[in-house]
Amino acid sequence: MKEEIDVLEQAIGSEYKYGFVTNIETETVPKGLNEDIIRLISQKKNEPEWMLNWRLKAYAHWLKMEAPDWANIKYPPINFQDIIYYAAPKKKKALNSLDEVDPELLKTFEKLGISIAEQKRLTGVAVDVVMDSVSVATSFKQQLAEVGIIFCSMSEAIQNHPDLVQKYLGSVVPMTDNYFSALNSAVFSDGSFCYIPKGVRCPMELSTYFRINAENTGQFERTLIVAEEGAYVSYLEGCTAPKRDENQLHAAVVELVAHKDAEIKYSTVQNWYPGDANGEGGIYNFVTKRGICLGERSKISWSQVETGSAITWKYPSVILKGDYSVGEFYSVALTNHLQQADTGTKMIHIGKNTRSRIVSKGISAGKSQNSYRGLVKVAKNAINARNFSQCDSLLLGDKCGAHTFPYIEASHPSAIIEHEATTSKIGEDQLFYCRQRGIDTEAAVALIVTGFAKEVMNQLPMEFAVEAQKLLAISLEGSVG
Amino acid sequence: MAISESAYIQEKFSALQTQQADAVLNEIRLKAFENFQVNGIPSYKNEEWRYTPVSQLFKKPFELSENTVSIEQQFLQQTRLPNSNEANELIFVNGVYDASLSNIRSKELVVLPLEKALSDSTYAELVKAHLGKSSLYIKDGVHALNTSFINGGVFVYVPKNAQIDLPFYVYHLCNTQKNPVLAQPRSLVYISESASLKIVEHYATIGNTDSFINEVMEVVVAENAQFEYYKLQADVANANQVNTTHIRQIGKSFVHTVVATLTGGMLRNNTNIIMEKAGNEAHMYGLYLLNGSTHADNHTLVDNREPNCFSNELYKGILDGSSTGVFSGKIYVRPQAQKTNAYQSNKNILLSDNASVNTKPQLEIFADDVKCSHGCTVGRLDEEALFYLRSRGIDAAQAKAMLLLAFANDVIDKINIESLREHIEDIIVNRLAVQTS
Repeated sequence: MKEEIDVLEQAIGSEYKYGFVTNIETETVPKGLNEDIIRLISQKKNEPEWMLNWRLKAYAHWLKMEAPDWANIKYPPINFQDIIYYAAPKKKKALNSLDEVDPELLKTFEKLGISIAEQKRLTGVAVDVVMDSVSVATSFKQQLAEVGIIFCSMSEAIQNHPDLVQKYLGSVVPMTDNYFSALNSAVFSDGSFCYIPKGVRCPMELSTYFRINAENTGQFERTLIVAEEGAYVSYLEGCTAPKRDENQLHAAVVELVAHKDAEIKYSTVQNWYPGDANGEGGIYNFVTKRGICLGERSKISWSQVETGSAITWKYPSVILKGDYSVGEFYSVALTNHLQQADTGTKMIHIGKNTRSRIVSKGISAGKSQNSYRGLVKVAKNAINARNFSQCDSLLLGDKCGAHTFPYIEASHPSAIIEHEATTSKIGEDQLFYCRQRGIDTEAAVALIVTGFAKEVMNQLPMEFAVEAQKLLAISLEGSVG
Repeated sequence: MAISESAYIQEKFSALQTQQADAVLNEIRLKAFENFQVNGIPSYKNEEWRYTPVSQLFKKPFELSENTVSIEQQFLQQTRLPNSNEANELIFVNGVYDASLSNIRSKELVVLPLEKALSDSTYAELVKAHLGKSSLYIKDGVHALNTSFINGGVFVYVPKNAQIDLPFYVYHLCNTQKNPVLAQPRSLVYISESASLKIVEHYATIGNTDSFINEVMEVVVAENAQFEYYKLQADVANANQVNTTHIRQIGKSFVHTVVATLTGGMLRNNTNIIMEKAGNEAHMYGLYLLNGSTHADNHTLVDNREPNCFSNELYKGILDGSSTGVFSGKIYVRPQAQKTNAYQSNKNILLSDNASVNTKPQLEIFADDVKCSHGCTVGRLDEEALFYLRSRGIDAAQAKAMLLLAFANDVIDKINIESLREHIEDIIVNRLAVQTS
């Protein structure tokens, strides 16, 4: 208890500390989006022809689509011609080991608290690091390969495992799925690819760290995780970006495929630069994340802590196709200042005896708007589907908003669906209790918020839990009193 | 020819504007008609109409109703609710107020055709001030269409301190023997300070072709007034409805509504409660007991504009056959509406493989010192409760009926007019007895 408060107090004193820019030579393509740019990206990455065709098809489709306007968020129209679609730290030659990584780069990640070099020595987490558009380093490849796990950047996967990529890419999130997934399909530059073969339990946590560095760029990464029969993997994702006055676009796609008896646990700590107190700058985070439980008894679990981004628009979903499959969604979304978040999940019950559980905690402070939007759908033949949803909102201050938009569509009489939601503020009595024990208001608020979010925090892997808790406190700073 | 053909509607609209010339109404109708032309008939892409394909209805060859339709006394007699002799009766035939059939028994109650109220010096200002305010909340083409064709509407006025003890029955009769009819009744109810009124709306269609009632009722409740509202939808399968009940609590007042949907075609109810004064209280209840291919859509809105308001909402659904139920509840808490207390609950039981329910309980909250919660469930009958009853010698069908009745009674019990409550309960008991056996 004492330590927890110390951590929070220490954190409260700081602001967005990942806002620095790394001075590293970057190779970019010209601004704007057209077929030539897509060809150029594809060519730079030395991609096979099927990949290029896939991109062009997605681009052609994207041109026909309109930006969605249904979400509870407001932003000026994005000028897609004013974005650089590809930026990469200049590389001299192909890297064989971490020792060859640009020291400037290593320093950046050390500053972020992710020392790639250190990771090499410490067992525990294998990291794939993505800076701007490309993956710069992946650790522990060798050890993972020994048990048959493929963990590499998407570009490498396209070169080395084209059969797997062709089979699964776009199988969960089709390129035509939505406006931003189509855009991503056309211009995605890199991302992580992970394949866990049959019966293998991944011996360590896999992790990707995303960093936006270059100016005027958009980041479009694509992650694909496939767990074969009986496999298990826990995957972490973290994100940061420098402080800038203009808005930058981040439109990623994440696809998860769980076969029979497989389990995928996907955790995100999203801390893109949220903009300053006046709403200047910040990342537009428009992400499509979806997993499919293909086989029987498979399980996909999303955990997310969303504290960054000027705008978050993201609905990690699970398609429960296999019988007895399980989907879970745990989320803490915190908005402060002028941040806007419209986030939630979709649980699509198709197989028999499928179960899903949704726990969403929204915290709004400052002048921010925080929305939960979720769908629970029970298809016609989904016998004995079971869902429980809980969405709680906490309001700190009288200028923010908390909104709940759950959609429940049931088409089978055996379905049992429960949804409950509450909205409240921190109780005077709770604050009073803390204060009379010598905890100042700000620390007391942080303490209560941590307690409010605990149910979700408990789902995070150890490596993330501490960081996530600190994040909550930092983001709250200045919202009290 | 589909009614959505704009030429037909345009022609009818121009005719109405010249025939029933009234400066105030002409302007309101014209503005609404422009809205109708801009917004058109909502498709499933319109969030508010996502689950109710109202555009299908507009493809049918409905005729906008004429004033000259008659209704047989016998039909009216069959439709009457129990204890009609001890009630005020207001009758709309094909959407037009029929004074000769209506029967206003309470002396204090003022019932006037809208056109007349607008030329009456006592009420003109009141009508002008309050007619058409629902358009601020419902902007779709269906609502605008009603307003475009305000004709033969009614103004109901309850004077200060008047307690209208007799229930006020409003019958909407549709005669579709000649052709399918689109009826668009319109009414404005004003309940003055410290007055009270109980309205019961009931719908009946005669004839084999389709009826489509697109109704708007606006109710204004002043300081210290009480308003109870009941709706009974138990019409034939070819009867379709889009009903808007827009209640504004302009003074600290009390509102109680119960909507019971039992049979019909495609039914949509918009029940809005706008809290415009601090300390308002509202209770909203709904039951949809559906079978066959009935589609019932309940959209509710509670807009908390001022502090210290209380609202409680409970909607329950039992769905059998290939019926579909939709519930969309919205609680809106404005920044200044601190200390709002709002509850919302929607519970559904699905009884058949082909029935489905789509529910969307929403909270939109911009104030921090509030207590708001919503809950929503979809489920089946409790196996253990069934077993308990059966182990005591009650057969399966009866046990099921008992449990369902108990489920429905949470809502039916909220009907404070005894004769009406018993009437509805009888219908439900009979229905469940047949349905479960």
